[in-house]
Amino acid sequence: MQDNNYIIDHHIISSLGFGSSENFEQLVLENSGIKEHQRKNGDKFYSSLIDLNKVDTHFSKIGNIEKFTKLEKMMLLSVYHILKQSTIKITERTGLIISTTKGNVNVLSSDSPFYADKKRAYLHELAKQIKDFFNFKDEAIVLSNACVSGVLAVSVADRLIKSKMYDEIVIVSGDLVSEFILSGFESFQAISNKPCKPYSKNRTGITIGEAIATVIVSKKKTTNATEILGSASCNDANHISGPSRTGEGLFLSVKAALKEATISETDINFISAHGTATNFNDEMESIAFNRLNMSNIPLHSLKGYYGHTLGASGLLEVIIGIKSLNNNTLIASKGFDEIGVSKPLNIIKKTTTKELHVFLKTASGFGGSNAAIILKKIE
Amino acid sequence: MNKKLYIQSYCKIANNEVVLNDVVVLKTELSDDKSFFKSIYNFLNLKYPKFFKMDGLSKLTYLASELILKDIEIKDRNIAIVFSNSASSLETDRKYQKSINDSASYFPSPSVFVYTLPNIGIGEVSIRHQLKSENAFFVFEKFNAKFNYFYESNLMHTKKATNVLGGWTNLDGQVAEAFVYLLSENGKLEFTIENLNKLYKK
Repeated sequence: MQDNNYIIDHHIISSLGFGSSENFEQLVLENSGIKEHQRKNGDKFYSSLIDLNKVDTHFSKIGNIEKFTKLEKMMLLSVYHILKQSTIKITERTGLIISTTKGNVNVLSSDSPFYADKKRAYLHELAKQIKDFFNFKDEAIVLSNACVSGVLAVSVADRLIKSKMYDEIVIVSGDLVSEFILSGFESFQAISNKPCKPYSKNRTGITIGEAIATVIVSKKKTTNATEILGSASCNDANHISGPSRTGEGLFLSVKAALKEATISETDINFISAHGTATNFNDEMESIAFNRLNMSNIPLHSLKGYYGHTLGASGLLEVIIGIKSLNNNTLIASKGFDEIGVSKPLNIIKKTTTKELHVFLKTASGFGGSNAAIILKKIE
Repeated sequence: MNKKLYIQSYCKIANNEVVLNDVVVLKTELSDDKSFFKSIYNFLNLKYPKFFKMDGLSKLTYLASELILKDIEIKDRNIAIVFSNSASSLETDRKYQKSINDSASYFPSPSVFVYTLPNIGIGEVSIRHQLKSENAFFVFEKFNAKFNYFYESNLMHTKKATNVLGGWTNLDGQVAEAFVYLLSENGKLEFTIENLNKLYKK
């Protein structure tokens, strides 16, 4: 039996603020970061965007704003702050994981000031920028596994520490809202024309957002640490761009995570689900959670606050879940009104205080991917 | 004490040549990726119409996986898939970017967009072989044997997987390269960082 690992520090940059606590305070007030914005062609769209001027103001204190892309600056800022607040020192036993779906893909557009730098679109080049800035000793590991990346990254870190490759790992996750992403989701007719409404019968699709979420996973327990009890990721083996109708991969992922955690579904105090507000995703989740006998467990999606932040979403929602545990607070599922899925779910309608110990975080994405992780507060 | 692990079989696709367990099984005239992939498809006598809808990286991922999985009897479908490469899905990303570059020829297609994620190929392999198992896609500048060794050993030792289909499938401009292997508790060649590097460089 191997010892469990812990999430010992965390940091968020989003439209709701710089820092995990700043973000959590906004969620407690049920404030959403989703606002109306304008696209290149003049079309209006809803998104949760991070102001570049604000990023530059912060970044200019630690580096040259001209030398890095927006995504790099935000990732660097978040890692900078987490290392500052943490007690860890970077050694050859410290790993670095970058979780992203598209990284600097916007440099492929001639609109980007980095267009001429053909290397910059490579995810390992983005990773190298982060590694070199902080002098990490080993090559960074980029995880690019669609929308489950943020959850799976914690699982990967947990496994690498258990296999003794590292003693602690910094995970930084992030994606940008770009024309590339917006046009793609639009081509699927998946984008909502108003802020997204997960699990609602009035839902009309996804809102895309951007965020950076960073954590440190360590084998050493600290005060305020959160224990990683178990995790898993299972493929639907059904379709590359749609979830399984029966929620098979999600069902199997949660089952396997529970097994590793050696707890039962009744030990779970709340579920931070994926809830993208597409018809297929939300319906699939209701079926999977029903099959898991979890339909009574309080559940939310945080997409109504941040939109779907792609490679960051899973990790962002893990951090908010940790803050919920530590503050004994269930966060309302923003945008929810009337249930719009075929199986019952216990959606959190109002932010309330409740004693909390353990939560489940899940995600599902393109390529048939699903991931689940179970985290426990240190009492 | 953890059980010893072995590289049960491996294959390589590169430079218009296909190698399966040290043997060159196919060598074609120099041609583009598309016709090279088609000749591997024909050589393996595959009948899988979905192949023709896939992007280049998924085709390469699928073909390399077929080389390994086609003739082995899969008793337990708990085969994890852990792939990595250097260029992610950049080949298709560049193609997709062209379709949105200017408003006069603006035509984003969902069937191209879905392939702008590097893990779609392992999704295709999961569908083909009904593998409802652990899978993950990573990106490194170069093939990273050390990472594969630690991550995949853990999946095996913790029983998250009975086997691991591991590998490197990279497609980038003129480069098309695949190195895929099956990790097992049985075999002759021990699963070590050194052996992985040896096979990859062979």
